[in-house]
Amino acid sequence: MSATLRISLRIWRQQDPSLPGGFETHRLEGVSPDLSLLELLDLLNERLIGAGERPVTFEHDCREGICGSCGFMVNGQAHGPRAATSVCQLYLRQFRDGEELVLEPWRARAFPLLQDLSVDRSALDRILAAGGYCSVNTGQAPEANALLVGRDQATSAFETATCIGCGACVASCRNASANLFVAAKLAHLAQLPQGQPERQRRARAMTERMAAEGFGSCSSQLECEAVCPKQISADWISWMNRETRPL
Amino acid sequence: MNVDAPSRHDPHLPAGALEGAWQRHRRDLPLISAANKHKLRVLVVGSGLAGASAAASLAEQGYYVSLITYHDSPRRAHSVAAQGGINAAKNYANDGDSVTRLFRDTVKGGDFRAREAGCFRLAELSTAIIDQCVAQGVPFARDYGGTLANRSFGGALVSRTFYARGQTGQQLLYGAVQALLRQVEAGRIELLPRRDLVELVVVDGVARGVVCRHLVSGQLETWTANAVVLASGGYSNIYYLSTNAVKSNVSAIWRAYRKGADFANPCFTQIHPTCIPSGDVHQSKLTLMSESLRNDGRVWLPATQADGRAPEAIPEEERDYFLERQYPTYGNMVPRDVASRRSRERCLAGHGVGPGGRSVYLDLKDALARDGKAALEARYGNLLEMYERITGEDPLVTPLRIYPAPHYTMGGLWVDYHLMSTLPGLFVLGEANFSEHGANRLGASALMQGLADGYFIAPATITAWLAGQSQPEVGPDHPACRQARHEAEVRIAALLAPRGRSGGLRPVDDWHRELGHLMIETCGISRQGPRLEKAIAQVEDLRQSFDQEGGVADLGSARISNSSGPGRGIHSELEKALRLQDYFGLADLMLRDALARQESCGAHFREEHQTATGEALRDDARFGHIAAWQWRQDGPPQRHVEPLRFNEITPSQRDYQ
Repeated sequence: MSATLRISLRIWRQQDPSLPGGFETHRLEGVSPDLSLLELLDLLNERLIGAGERPVTFEHDCREGICGSCGFMVNGQAHGPRAATSVCQLYLRQFRDGEELVLEPWRARAFPLLQDLSVDRSALDRILAAGGYCSVNTGQAPEANALLVGRDQATSAFETATCIGCGACVASCRNASANLFVAAKLAHLAQLPQGQPERQRRARAMTERMAAEGFGSCSSQLECEAVCPKQISADWISWMNRETRPL
Repeated sequence: MNVDAPSRHDPHLPAGALEGAWQRHRRDLPLISAANKHKLRVLVVGSGLAGASAAASLAEQGYYVSLITYHDSPRRAHSVAAQGGINAAKNYANDGDSVTRLFRDTVKGGDFRAREAGCFRLAELSTAIIDQCVAQGVPFARDYGGTLANRSFGGALVSRTFYARGQTGQQLLYGAVQALLRQVEAGRIELLPRRDLVELVVVDGVARGVVCRHLVSGQLETWTANAVVLASGGYSNIYYLSTNAVKSNVSAIWRAYRKGADFANPCFTQIHPTCIPSGDVHQSKLTLMSESLRNDGRVWLPATQADGRAPEAIPEEERDYFLERQYPTYGNMVPRDVASRRSRERCLAGHGVGPGGRSVYLDLKDALARDGKAALEARYGNLLEMYERITGEDPLVTPLRIYPAPHYTMGGLWVDYHLMSTLPGLFVLGEANFSEHGANRLGASALMQGLADGYFIAPATITAWLAGQSQPEVGPDHPACRQARHEAEVRIAALLAPRGRSGGLRPVDDWHRELGHLMIETCGISRQGPRLEKAIAQVEDLRQSFDQEGGVADLGSARISNSSGPGRGIHSELEKALRLQDYFGLADLMLRDALARQESCGAHFREEHQTATGEALRDDARFGHIAAWQWRQDGPPQRHVEPLRFNEITPSQRDYQ
C-alpha cells in the first residue's frame, strides 16, 4: 500500500456563462495515489453534495481515454502534464504530496462555456459534417478486399483516424486553431483509396467550415501536437496546407 | 410457467431453410416510395453503432430522423470503447470458416438460448458489414499484400475477427457517425445531443415519441415521430462498477418496459474475464483489457495458496495455467463465462494474487520471447499503454493482473425477427435488445450485431412496419404527450424535494454503490436460489429507503439563462437519481429472472445446477425458452415464455475441453 496524498484543487467555478466566474480552492487529504484525477473530483463532489453545495461540473464518460468527453486544463496544460493522456487517464501518483492543481476549462471562442469545466465543442461536429466522410450509402459497398491498401498506408491512415475529438489541440493553441483536428480527418481519408473521389472538395469544405466556426489560424507553435492524447503529428498540418492550396 | 397465446411473443420467424431466409423474407417485405418516406419521421435514441448506423441508413432512404443522445457529440457513444474486433464469415484466412460455422459458434457460444433464424441472419450479414465499413474508409488492419488482416478470438477456432489495433469500436463508430453527420448536413437528420430520455410517448398502443430532459437547460422536451428506435445500449452499470462508460444507463429501455415493451432474459449479463481489478472505494469504473490479449497471454496463478512471492520469483513448475490444464483444446481461448467462472473459483480457493487475492495473472512472457516486443506493441499498443497508465506497471515486464468485471448484457427488450418489441412501433437495436447472443455473447460479436441491426435489418423492417400503418397526427400537444410529460414532471419534482434524514445530502452514487455491491454478490458470476430470494427483499428495502430518504438538492437559480424547467440547468445529481430509480426496478426484475431460471446456461450460473466438472448444466426440457417479462401496474411482473426450437443444431453440452 502506498502512502496517501494531500492535493489542493484550485478550480474554475462559473455557474452560467451570463454570470461571473472565479477560482475556488479545495484541499483533499488522505487520498489514494491510485485514484484518477476525475475520481478525485468525484470525491470532492460527494463532499460538496453532502454540504448542500453545487458539485463541480466536468465532462467525462468512458474514463478510459477513448470517448473524448473529458478535458480541461491542469496547471495550464491541456489534459495535464503527462504526454499522450486524456485527463481521465491522469492518476494521482503522477503528482507530489501537497501539490496544488489549477483546473480551468478549455478557453476558445468556438467552445462557449457551459458551466465550470464544461464547454460546448459541437463546432467540431459541424466541421466533420461539412465533408469528413466518404459519401457512400448503406448497401453500395463493393467486396472489401477488392480495394488493396498497403499495410503501412493503412497504419498511417489509422493513426490519423484515432483523433478522439476532445478539443485539447484547440485549447492549447494561442489562436484556438482546429488545424490539427481538421488535418487528422483529412489525412485519414486522403490516405485511403476510398477517400480519393471527394478529396479536394472535402479539404476545401472542412477548412472553410473551420474558419466560419470561429477557430483561429495555425502559427506553428506545435502545442497541439504536444497535448494530443493520441499523439497525432502536427506534420499533418503542413501536409494540409499543401492539400488545400488551389491548383 | 405461463405458455401464452402466441400473439404477444410470436417471433415471426421466416419459413423454410435458414440459409437465405432473410433474403427471401426481405424480398416480400412491403416498401414505401421515396416520395412518401419524406413525409415520415423516425426517432432514434442512442448514437452508438446501432443507433448511428440506423439513423444514417434511414436518412439515406429518405426518412427524416431525429437522433437523441445524452452525449455532447454522437462520436462519444460507448461503442467507441470496444477494443478487440468484429467478426465476419469472410473466410479470408482460408481456415475453413463459413456463414454456417459462424452461425453455429454463435448459437453454441450462447448456450442454445438464442433463435437459430436470428443467428443465421447475423452470420449472413456479417460479410456485408465489413464491405460497408471498408467503403466508408474504416482503417482496418491490413497484411503486407494490402488485404484485410484477421485474428482469432475467444470461443472460436478460426481467424475471423477484423480489427483496427485495439480501437476497432472507435473506428467503426466514427465510420457510422460520419455517415450520420453527412445526413445532418443534408438536412435529413436532426441531431439532439445532451438529452436524457425520461418517458416514452404511446398513442393508441403505438410508440410515437419521447419526453426527454435537456441536460444543459434542464427543460423537458417532447419529440414525436412515426416510429421510435431505441439503441441505447446495455445495463451493466446496474453493478455500479463495470467496464461501461460511467453514464451508460438502462433508462430508455426501462421506461419502454413500463409502457408495454417486455424485457427478455434480464439476468443474462456477461462478466468479462480480463479487466483491471478494483481497488479504492472511489474507483469509478473497471477498465477492460481486450480478450484478444488471451491470444498471446497465458492465464495462471500460483499452484500454492496465498503465495506471496512476486510473479517473476515463481518457477514454471509452481505455476498453474489453470485454463490450459482444464481445457486442453481451447486453453486460454475458452468463452468469457467459462474463463470468468474459473478465475473466480481459483481466487475463492485462495490462489488469487494482488490486493485481497482478487486477481489472476495474464502473462505475455512466452509471446514476448516468441514474437518480440515490436510485434506485441504493434498488436496491442494502446492496450498495454492503458494498463501501464492505470496500474503503474509495465505488462511487458511483469504479468498483467486481471479479474472479471461486468461488461455486456445479453438481456434486453424482447424483439421479434423484425426487431420490433411487444410495443408496436418501438424497435430495439444493438445491446438494448436481447436478440442473438443467447445466454453468453462471443467476443467480437457485439459490434457485428449492432451494425447488422442498424445498417441492414431495421431500415428494412421499419419500412415494412410503416408501410402498413395509417397513423393519426401526433404533435407535442397531443394528450398522450402531455400525459407523459406530466409523469416526468411529477417524478422530477419528487426527487427535488427529498424527505427524511438525508435531505438530498447523501450522494446518489452512495446508494448506487450499495445496490451494485448487492447485485454483483448475488446476481453476478455465480447465483444461488436462497441468496437471490433474499436479495429481492434487500433491493426492495434499499429502494424504499431511497424513496423515503433519497433525492437531490434543488440547485435552482432564477438567474440561469434559459432554464425555467424542473431541475433547472445542469444537474448531474438529478441525472444520476433518475437513472438510479430505473436501476432499482431492473434489479428486482433481474433477480426474479435469475431465480425463475432454475438451470445454468452461459453466463447464468446457478450453483444448484452444475455438472460433476463444474460446468453449466442446462435444462432444455424446462428452460429451452426465452423468458419475457411483462410489467404490471399492480403486482409483480408476469413471466412469459417463447419456446426455442433447434432444427439445424442439436443442443449439446458445451465442451471446450
